[in-house]
Amino acid sequence: MADPMKIRANVVGDSTEVKVLMNHEMETGQRKDAQGKTIPAWFIQNVKVTHNEKVVLNAQWGPAVAKNPFLSFKFKGGAKGDKVKITWTDNRNDTRTDEATIA
Amino acid sequence: MIARLRIAAAIALGVTAVAIGGAFAQSSTVDEIAKYREALQDGNPAELWEARGEEMWTTPRGPKRVSFATCDLGLGPGVVKGAYAALPRYFADAKSVMDLETRLVWCMVNQQGISEGDATKIKFGDGSARRSDLEALAAYVTSQSRGVEMKVPVNEPHVRDMYRLGEQMFFYRGGTHDFSCATCHGEDGKRIRLQDLPNLTKTEGAQKAYTTWPAYRVSQGELRTFQWRLNDCFRQQRFPDLVFGSEASIALTTYLAGRANGAPYNGPAIKR
Repeated sequence: MADPMKIRANVVGDSTEVKVLMNHEMETGQRKDAQGKTIPAWFIQNVKVTHNEKVVLNAQWGPAVAKNPFLSFKFKGGAKGDKVKITWTDNRNDTRTDEATIA
Repeated sequence: MIARLRIAAAIALGVTAVAIGGAFAQSSTVDEIAKYREALQDGNPAELWEARGEEMWTTPRGPKRVSFATCDLGLGPGVVKGAYAALPRYFADAKSVMDLETRLVWCMVNQQGISEGDATKIKFGDGSARRSDLEALAAYVTSQSRGVEMKVPVNEPHVRDMYRLGEQMFFYRGGTHDFSCATCHGEDGKRIRLQDLPNLTKTEGAQKAYTTWPAYRVSQGELRTFQWRLNDCFRQQRFPDLVFGSEASIALTTYLAGRANGAPYNGPAIKR
């Protein structure tokens, strides 16, 4: 089971600013270990963010995204106390969902 | 003829442009690194370590099933807020001056019943599968001192002795390269590759350096503590391995922490 994300969501004017840190290796598949063996690719492929069951962001990621990725974005609407739910899925089909309350 | 003159002028201009560009490169590299740090500041993955450490702090651990609620970092059992800004300090129960990491190990051994070998088995993580509890705990404890003014009790006799020992070590030259810490950290404008090195003999440099450790090292994907920093400095100096939690490591930490007194603590930071 992957480690939890760290999510902050704040109302800024008429939109909501979401900042999220994810815990992930993000291995590119291009690196080799000390024995010269290729380290298999392992990275987040999909990130989905919902606000009140409505999808506000759906991203397809590749191996070029850094380890322990940080994502910041805004969406229109959202009120204090609303829930923002974030799900990532990686290429091993491992997935993690975390939720935060908009402040 | 005119065309030739024009070409000559163009070449002359080109040369000037290159010369300006060259002079520009050094300062713009420093600026770019500063910009890079600023851009990362907002999403510092150190927070992931802080979160893991916080959970560990409150969870009963070891054979005695005791949490860190009984662990005294100098401000009372379980008190974390502001504790790091006043470390290292003298602990009467252990009869020695301790920095954060050695104190954490002491609590694990003496209060939670974990063997010293297990407590210090993974001192430094490798950024992936080998994860260090000490690094996560250090991230959490230090995060609780953010903004707190550094107040290492350097006038306390035990701490003062350690501070003086650390000062001697800082200027002591040795090893195959006849290096001291001051060789790299005793002058302005020194650098390793493109990284500027802080001048630790100046108050400003010492404060800026000490208050930004521990830090998340982007290039290593790992949170690094001050014990790690010293350990790696020793390696770079070609000194014998610095023993984790040894008197030497605590003396140097005490000296550098004491030199940072008066500045607000600003970690865990993020570094290249």
